[in-house]
Amino acid sequence: MLLEKLCNAFGVSGCETEVRDIIKEEIISYADEISVDSMGNLFAKKNGKSHDKTVMVSCHTDEVGFIISGITKEGYLEFKAVGGIDTRVIISKKVLIGKDKIKGIIGIKAVHLTTKSERESVPKVKDLYIDIGAKDEEDAKKYVNLGDYAVFDTKYEELGKTSIKAKAIDDRAGCYILSKLIEEVQPEYDTVFCFCTQEEVGLRGATIAAYKIQPDIALVVEATTCSESPDVNEHEHVTKLNGGAAVTFMDRTTIVDDDFSKWLYNTAKGNNIPVQYKTVVAGGNDAGIIHKTAEGIKTASVSVPCRYLHSPAGIASKKDIEATYNICKLFLEKIKL
Amino acid sequence: MDLLKKLTEVFGPSGREKNISEFIKSEVSAYADEVSTDALGNLIVRKKGTKSKIMLAAHMDEIGIVATFTDENGFIRFSAVGGLYNKDLLGRRVRFENGIVGVIGSEEDNKDRKIPKMYVDIGAKDKESAEKLVSTGDMAVFCGEFYENSDTVISKALDNRAGCYVLIEALKNVKSDNDLYFVFTSQEEVGLRGARTSAFKIAPDYALAVDVTDTGDTPEGIKMAVKSGKGAAIKVMDRSVLCDTFVRSVLVELAKKNNIDYQLEVMNDGGTDAGAISLSGSGVKTGGISIPTRYIHSPSELISKKDLNDCTDLLISFAEFDFGGNRID
Repeated sequence: MLLEKLCNAFGVSGCETEVRDIIKEEIISYADEISVDSMGNLFAKKNGKSHDKTVMVSCHTDEVGFIISGITKEGYLEFKAVGGIDTRVIISKKVLIGKDKIKGIIGIKAVHLTTKSERESVPKVKDLYIDIGAKDEEDAKKYVNLGDYAVFDTKYEELGKTSIKAKAIDDRAGCYILSKLIEEVQPEYDTVFCFCTQEEVGLRGATIAAYKIQPDIALVVEATTCSESPDVNEHEHVTKLNGGAAVTFMDRTTIVDDDFSKWLYNTAKGNNIPVQYKTVVAGGNDAGIIHKTAEGIKTASVSVPCRYLHSPAGIASKKDIEATYNICKLFLEKIKL
Repeated sequence: MDLLKKLTEVFGPSGREKNISEFIKSEVSAYADEVSTDALGNLIVRKKGTKSKIMLAAHMDEIGIVATFTDENGFIRFSAVGGLYNKDLLGRRVRFENGIVGVIGSEEDNKDRKIPKMYVDIGAKDKESAEKLVSTGDMAVFCGEFYENSDTVISKALDNRAGCYVLIEALKNVKSDNDLYFVFTSQEEVGLRGARTSAFKIAPDYALAVDVTDTGDTPEGIKMAVKSGKGAAIKVMDRSVLCDTFVRSVLVELAKKNNIDYQLEVMNDGGTDAGAISLSGSGVKTGGISIPTRYIHSPSELISKKDLNDCTDLLISFAEFDFGGNRID
């Protein structure tokens, strides 16, 4: 199944090829034009009924992960985070490294050797290492090179009837939705679907993608945080799992045009699509750069709520993914520019 | 000062500039050759000319808050729109676009004055009645009555309606061969967003941003050379920009020649639209004129009327300056 394939694929920021190839294969017979640019952004154009305006729908192909920055003489791998990763959630987790997908574990000094202050604070990435079971530096170098990427070794699984567990739901959920839209929807206006690279390290792919296309309007399809854990107040949940597609009115990088966000929310409501507002001004996504591109572009975001974003395993709801797809479909078919 | 009073009173937090944009448009239309708005809500007012293309920018948005969640008892949680001093928020009144006024309160356990532990109380008896008045995503601005005496103005939103006032007065009085674009920009307070796209579109030869700046003349206040009442501040730098030295020297020479009181401004804190404009497109030679202002981002910002007039006079002389360039297009 496509979503499973996409989530399991290896695609840390800067090495999104595997993800791009899966998408390309999926959409090739449905898109009117396909191209890839210098940063690896994938563009798929679908001609609309009208050619007067251009719509951009975008998601990002990259995921957070790690990059190997050194090999110790004992054969341990030093690494840096790629994108925003909370070190609390990575200790003792399984990872895959490089194109050969070498298996490793993120290790930390044994507890009996730690000081009280070390035990009471969050370790830094520099205090952690990846262990691939190599006997020394020379042995490790047979399998791993400096600059190799690493991802969480997590397999997509279904949890119960409605939920999924996977790494990289941010933003393979978006990649999945865009791929399905290309297959199934006849847009009103000429539409360029952008699968952008390097979002997690600073909205980089979208910067040049939006400049190239300079659409009349843009919609970003994302995964966003859902922090419903038991000790969190309801007003800080951001979104609710199974609460429907999350429409953003404002985050750290964008204030969405009031009419546009209300149109998305109200159109969803009017068509019985489960919808919610993202209720905390937090985070940011490619909309942050797209809307500031060139002469300015009206840009909104609609997101799939995902618990444990940027961790080895997130949880999302199939119902929310469907709702997000349905809002995008209505947008492509019904928006009047 | 009636115009300035009205400007401070019109609702217009970042991203919700429609009302203030329409108000300014109605004020300036009679003096303009072209008026347009863009995707980010910038208001662009052109006075055509044959010489250099000049962009004069003042942001029209103000700081505020955005409603994010309403609880069972009708209390409204919120996030900041622009840079708020969290420690000073308790007891402040806010006004939503529809006129509803609320007061900011806090949970008891909130020593650090974090916004997630605060709320707006509009006196609603429960969630349902609150939501009839205020919806998630609605913004509110701070209340802060306009007051003036012979020398001074105290009000909310002088940042940057005072700048808008300077632009409007200049627009009404300027006589220039330059091709002038007066831009009332959106979303400055959240990151110089409107200035960036409007400058890209206009691609001016020179640009000037008019905004407020801090002063260093209050008791044991911040160290800064700018003083209230000592004239128009010509920007040297702030955190977003090192002003073009040619533009700066033109401003200084014009001030001297026309006997306009001026002072040079080096601001360590905060950025202005000058930063975004200077980096837009292939780059723009950009400077700034600043209005010395005490208590910026409070509901009671204070400026001197004399400084306001000096800034207006300096802006007019800049707009009228012959840069020696003839437009090619």
